[in-house]
Amino acid sequence: MAASRFLGDRSIDHVVLERGEVANSWRTERWDSLRLLTPNWQSRLPGLRYEGPDPDGYMTVGEVTAFIERFAAVSRAPVRTGTTVTSVRRADDGYHVTTMHGELACRAVIIASGACNQPSVPALAGAVPASVEQLTPFDYRDPAKLPDGGVLVVGASATGVQLAAELQRSGRPVTLAVGEHVRLPRIYRGRDVLWWMDTSGVWDQRYDEVDDLTRARRLPSPQLVGTPERTTLDLNALASIGVELIGRWAAVRDGRALFSGGLRNVFSLADLKMRRLLDTFDEWARTNGRDAEVGPPERFPPTGVPTSTRLHLDLGSGEIRTIVWATGFRPDYGWLDVPVLDAKGQLRHEGGVVDSPGLYALGLPVLRRRRSTFMCGIEDDARAVIDHLARYLAVRG
Amino acid sequence: MTTVTNGVNVQALLDAREVLKGAPEAAQFTWRASAKWQHGVHSQIKVQSYFGLGEEQNHKEEWSFEADHPEVFAATDNGITPIEYLLVGLASCLTGGIASVAENRGIQLRSVESVVEGGHDIRGILGADSDVRNGYNDIKVTFHIDADASREDIEALVAQSQKRSAVYDALTNPTNVTVEVA
Repeated sequence: MAASRFLGDRSIDHVVLERGEVANSWRTERWDSLRLLTPNWQSRLPGLRYEGPDPDGYMTVGEVTAFIERFAAVSRAPVRTGTTVTSVRRADDGYHVTTMHGELACRAVIIASGACNQPSVPALAGAVPASVEQLTPFDYRDPAKLPDGGVLVVGASATGVQLAAELQRSGRPVTLAVGEHVRLPRIYRGRDVLWWMDTSGVWDQRYDEVDDLTRARRLPSPQLVGTPERTTLDLNALASIGVELIGRWAAVRDGRALFSGGLRNVFSLADLKMRRLLDTFDEWARTNGRDAEVGPPERFPPTGVPTSTRLHLDLGSGEIRTIVWATGFRPDYGWLDVPVLDAKGQLRHEGGVVDSPGLYALGLPVLRRRRSTFMCGIEDDARAVIDHLARYLAVRG
Repeated sequence: MTTVTNGVNVQALLDAREVLKGAPEAAQFTWRASAKWQHGVHSQIKVQSYFGLGEEQNHKEEWSFEADHPEVFAATDNGITPIEYLLVGLASCLTGGIASVAENRGIQLRSVESVVEGGHDIRGILGADSDVRNGYNDIKVTFHIDADASREDIEALVAQSQKRSAVYDALTNPTNVTVEVA
């Protein structure tokens, strides 16, 4: 819809195809307690920004849905809802799009279906005994839907830490399997940590300035939660409410789940990276004369290493009744009949310009900048991609 | 960038990484050791050939290792115990990793020393208590590093070397092992 806004500005005839309703994934694929990770004041779309009473708060799923609906209304995007695309393929003069409601011929296509169409679940899920219930974040709504008893949450990104906390508080003992992760405090020197990312320029880093772009695009989401209390939800916070931390889940053997003994090092890596990021913020505040408007520099205690960590769990013992796979998401390009995917199933593109003339992408991690997947990142990305698209159409005639 | 001389050819490694990204079959290596029983619990292990980059390869020479048990195990102590070889592997892998990462990050090393300790309850291998595992209960590596870098940068070197260590991974994660009689 952001793309639509800029296409409209240039009077380029277009339609926006939506498989469900506007904000479909927010209506159907999110759990009840979820809130945005970004504070309200960062919720800005082309021509629309948050104007409510709580700029430092975090939108609930319902509020996000309403915000996106409002955007659809103000931008007057020509959205065709309930129109699932089943195929996009090259045609002589552009692309041929097949939907559940008919065919379309177009000169250019923008893929804006996102990076999170399906939960990514490792193959070892197949070796879990049937007595243990398995859920993905798409299935999860609230703790009450889970059986009583222990829960193994796999993955310690934003989703994993949020669900671990909620389930632990519901009285279900939670074990959290932790691999490489991104640790952040919610508030740093009195400001939201995402204020620092936004204002200090970290999020402005371009895709062609990033050292290791593949890595940056695969980075797990940070350990953050949006709550009215603006609390930090790192592994120390989880341990303090009783969540048991164990290493990355490596294998299932004879009905037992085996976990990595390398937990200490993933803690060290995350602690070191967080410290380096905070150093960057401090340096920026000092050199830009911003020290007076924020609190004094802070350093947080290292992630506490449990005195002993378990290396295996008997999945048949009944200790674990449910497994929640918070192991990330992947895009679904099953409908894309254009050879533009790499060996890992990711779209080959340069800053949103896909490796096929007239084909574009928006809303992917570090598409053009580090802020690309956040709501406040879409405006610049969409403008740049539509610029390219308009030039392409002009040259083509 | 100042010239760093830790002696690691990082450029060759970075080049190999780029080439092997597009040629995963060439990245498939098989390492090999051949062991021969000597007497008692003493064995001799030789290592020379391996497979990699699509063909058979050889070390410049054949390396030979003695493995035995110490006298407190009523053995002849003709070499270190097999489980000590794991410590040898871990220490050398992490040390090599530190040198490589330091070279890549432009950090001059002056000395890198470490002590690796593995806590082992031998009631496991003796069958004295079936609740005790055979292998190490825990392993601790302590590094003493003198380098042109802050403590934080040195900690980051050590963390990164663990992240990219073959032996660290082999020890911390389960591996499928097949043992058969030919």
